[in-house]
Amino acid sequence: MGREVAESCVDGVVMEMVSAYCNRFYSSQPELAARRIEAIGFQVGHQLSERYTMERPRFTDHLEAIKFICKDFWSELFKKQIDNLKTNHRGTFVLQDNQFRWLTRISIDASPDNVDASPQDDSLPAPNNAAQFTSMHLYFPCGIIRGALTNLGIPCAVSADISNLPACSFVVRIKA
Amino acid sequence: MAPLAPRTGDAVFANVERVNAELFTLTYGAIVRQLLTDLEEVEEVNKQLDQMGYNIGVRLIDEFLAKSNVSRCIDFRETADVIAKVGFKMFLGVTASVTNWDPEGTSCSLVLEDNPLVDFVELPDTCQGLYYCNILSGVIRGALEMVSMKTEVTWVRDMLHGDDACELRVKLLKQVPEEYPYKDDD
Repeated sequence: MGREVAESCVDGVVMEMVSAYCNRFYSSQPELAARRIEAIGFQVGHQLSERYTMERPRFTDHLEAIKFICKDFWSELFKKQIDNLKTNHRGTFVLQDNQFRWLTRISIDASPDNVDASPQDDSLPAPNNAAQFTSMHLYFPCGIIRGALTNLGIPCAVSADISNLPACSFVVRIKA
Repeated sequence: MAPLAPRTGDAVFANVERVNAELFTLTYGAIVRQLLTDLEEVEEVNKQLDQMGYNIGVRLIDEFLAKSNVSRCIDFRETADVIAKVGFKMFLGVTASVTNWDPEGTSCSLVLEDNPLVDFVELPDTCQGLYYCNILSGVIRGALEMVSMKTEVTWVRDMLHGDDACELRVKLLKQVPEEYPYKDDD
């Protein structure tokens, strides 16, 4: 195991970054804040997957790359693997983490209308603050996954679904 | 006998939840990079990083006090020592040294020879005015303010600007007496 820092360091900067973008820089433009938060995640995922695949042969297909994200990549980030992977065999994959670490610190109002956070969707949920705050937090991990897969040569869109808390599902749609 | 306050943060660091430092380093780097794009002015980025640090410090002090088991510091010298040996260790896994005290004992330098924030980082020429690690000064200022010390934290040396270490100057401006939410004889 390489160098480590306290988990609260990551929690602290991520939480503060999300709040700075939502409440200070783009307080009246949540869709812009969301795009920036996703972009930060994208950058992180892109660089991390570059580092974690240095010693590996190239992935031969999409499924292999997705499995890498579910196992090795997720373990490096969260010390556990994705619990469940589903696919429709037409380019959509659902990665479910039964206890997503970054949501365990946030209190969530999980009213069913406000639980879908989709970075590709410009119309954000109605201003239910807790739900909106949570969905803002999910743009970061969605960006990480999209950045990691893009670096592996797989352009895609990633959204998150938290309708089964504390589980969190990331939906990856590979662009044809 | 009261337990001795820990002089190093090794044991505390061993017991906190830890994560891969690359995730932290790259996340912080991506944030700084995005701030530079969005805020344009380097000065403004310095300011926002400090503000983010301050907000983090204000919260982090609780975790520090809860987990570190340190007892009340008798003076600012001891405070600086605890930050350097226990605080930095507990969160970043590295230890700072305390040097260059002024005769009054109200300002000193915290020197970090090893700083996980700057792993993989190189500053382009356009960022010469950037205090890349400015979040750290904010964290210290915010955390100390919560324990009644108003401080000013400035950068003296920075590895990203070619120095051999990171040096933060911490100056105690004012010790605010603790205010209790009640009066004695009303």
